[in-house]
Amino acid sequence: MSRIQATFAALKSHHKKALIPYITAGDPHPKHTVALMHALVESGSDVIELGVPFSDPMADGPVIQRATERALVHHVGLRDVLEMVKEFRQQDDKTPVVLMGYANPIEAMGQQQFVERASEVGVDGVLIVDYPPEESETFVGILQAHHLDPIFLLSPTSDAARISMITKQASGFVYYVSLKGVTGSQNLNIVEVGERVAAIRRQSDLPIGVGFGVRDAATAKAVAAVADAIVVGSRMIQEIESSDEANLLSNVRQLTSELRKAID
Amino acid sequence: MQLYDMPDARGHFGPYGGIFVAETLIEALEELRVMYERYRHDPEFLAEFAYDLKHFVGRPSPIYYAQRLSEKIGGAKIYLKREDLNHTGAHKVNNTIGQALLAKRMGKPRVIAETGAGQHGVATATIAARLGLECVVYMGSEDVKRQAPNVYRMKLLGATVIPVESGSKTLKDALNEAMRDWVTNISNTFYIIGTVAGPHPYPMMVRDFQAVIGIEAKEQMLELTGRQPDAIIACVGGGSNAMGIFYPYIDLTDVRLIGVEAAGHGIETGKHAAPLTANSPVGVLHGNRTYLMQDANGQIIETHSVSAGLDYPGVGPEHAWLKDIKRAEYVAITDDEAMSAFHTLCRTEGIIPALESSHALAHAMKLAATMSPDKTLLVNLSGRGDKDINTVAGLSGMTL
Repeated sequence: MSRIQATFAALKSHHKKALIPYITAGDPHPKHTVALMHALVESGSDVIELGVPFSDPMADGPVIQRATERALVHHVGLRDVLEMVKEFRQQDDKTPVVLMGYANPIEAMGQQQFVERASEVGVDGVLIVDYPPEESETFVGILQAHHLDPIFLLSPTSDAARISMITKQASGFVYYVSLKGVTGSQNLNIVEVGERVAAIRRQSDLPIGVGFGVRDAATAKAVAAVADAIVVGSRMIQEIESSDEANLLSNVRQLTSELRKAID
Repeated sequence: MQLYDMPDARGHFGPYGGIFVAETLIEALEELRVMYERYRHDPEFLAEFAYDLKHFVGRPSPIYYAQRLSEKIGGAKIYLKREDLNHTGAHKVNNTIGQALLAKRMGKPRVIAETGAGQHGVATATIAARLGLECVVYMGSEDVKRQAPNVYRMKLLGATVIPVESGSKTLKDALNEAMRDWVTNISNTFYIIGTVAGPHPYPMMVRDFQAVIGIEAKEQMLELTGRQPDAIIACVGGGSNAMGIFYPYIDLTDVRLIGVEAAGHGIETGKHAAPLTANSPVGVLHGNRTYLMQDANGQIIETHSVSAGLDYPGVGPEHAWLKDIKRAEYVAITDDEAMSAFHTLCRTEGIIPALESSHALAHAMKLAATMSPDKTLLVNLSGRGDKDINTVAGLSGMTL
């Protein structure tokens, strides 16, 4: 059983929902990333989504773009991100790590080489925003051969046929982006999210994570009531952005604990 | 009947092209693909397109024999396809009319566009005004500063110009921002991409709308010279004017097709915008797989060209394919060579060419010198140079 499957199985047996924070590797500085990952786990996170910085993050709103730019000041690349996961794994062999990013850094390294290395250092799942299932047959095959979970997005515009096609290729969990638009958008419609999640559930047994629009304890609680996991990206990055070196870890711990409390 | 039949049903030109976008854009692209398939051969749609090209743009654009220039060089005869004479001053308008007519049929009241030098933005604002569509143009804040007259033109035409402050603040960042707008406003918005890049069906659709250039040229060259040219030469940034003139000639394998990229300060300096000539690695950006200027980490690097319209790190996927199958050749011309060709054309023919087109012209002049006077070259003079006079004056140490 993969780390992701084991995590969701354990949560389910305790009737709990997964908390999945997103941070961009190298933000605000590469030296903080591994410490941030541990802090996230200690304060109640179940899975870590670690963003791979890319120069042209087309699907991201201004908050995550800024995180990317801060990381790129230090030239953080895919190889560095894999090293960070390796370092994280020296102290934590249990918490799943999902890499999230864009296709080109992987194309530059080579899909095969990337997956081999990711598997060695202890990555559990990979979500590449601009590898839709139609274009990632080969990549998914390589991931599966190395027992990594291909994570895919589903959106409010994905129809029943696409939900079926995507959930057949995905494993670990699926990630429903609850809003049209880019990351960090506003105005979450929780009734609609509930209906869409139910539609996905009719076609798949995979756990469903919901992200884009989870901003505080109230939205976290509302989303957790209909989903198996909540993904918190832009809000987490804002906390990092507004912190200084002295209170970075404590602020992130506090936000994570609040979210944990809200969804339990 | 054309033998060459690309792309495949999912937009692939061999290993290039495709649909590399987030799930949130898939439905919009599928809707566009279906609608374009419905209208691309629809007689009523094509008649409306042809009407606007004739009466609004002023097509067909003439082919002009540059006699003094040819005689000065003393080699092959150089002919110019005068896209600079189109309404708005460049080939860009052919495509914006096609896409705007499609937007209208799809019931989208709002169009958005990205622009570098501003030509595509102006062409989009123009057709939006003509059809009564709301128009928003994204432009890198660096380009907004460099291209003030075009920014004002767009505003005169009723468009909103949004300066983009992210990344390198140039064309690629404007494209990122336009994609973000589109994904947020998908229900009422049509994204008019200005070049043969982006996700399928854009590279194919933009090529088809620009193919009018090559279709006309085929007839005109026969009429003027009794045969087809020995080579066709066009500049390549994203590559829409080149695809437009190349495409109808792909099956005529006796005609050499030559794409001219921007060598900037020189390929060896790394400060250029010539991914094909420099044999840059293949990667994924802006929805398609193609040759891309990037560093070892796969980050897109900043490009350089004196011509804003060629200043793009990627290239249309069909050009990548034509290079690999060796149907087209790709070369690069430096800033200095392009400037020199610019001045030469001004003085010998009374035509001020766009700096983009000056790259094609510079290569044609080099090539003509190696050929005999019974050979002919056709250069796609993709735009006029009025927009560039501030840049040229600046390089000559003058302010206007």
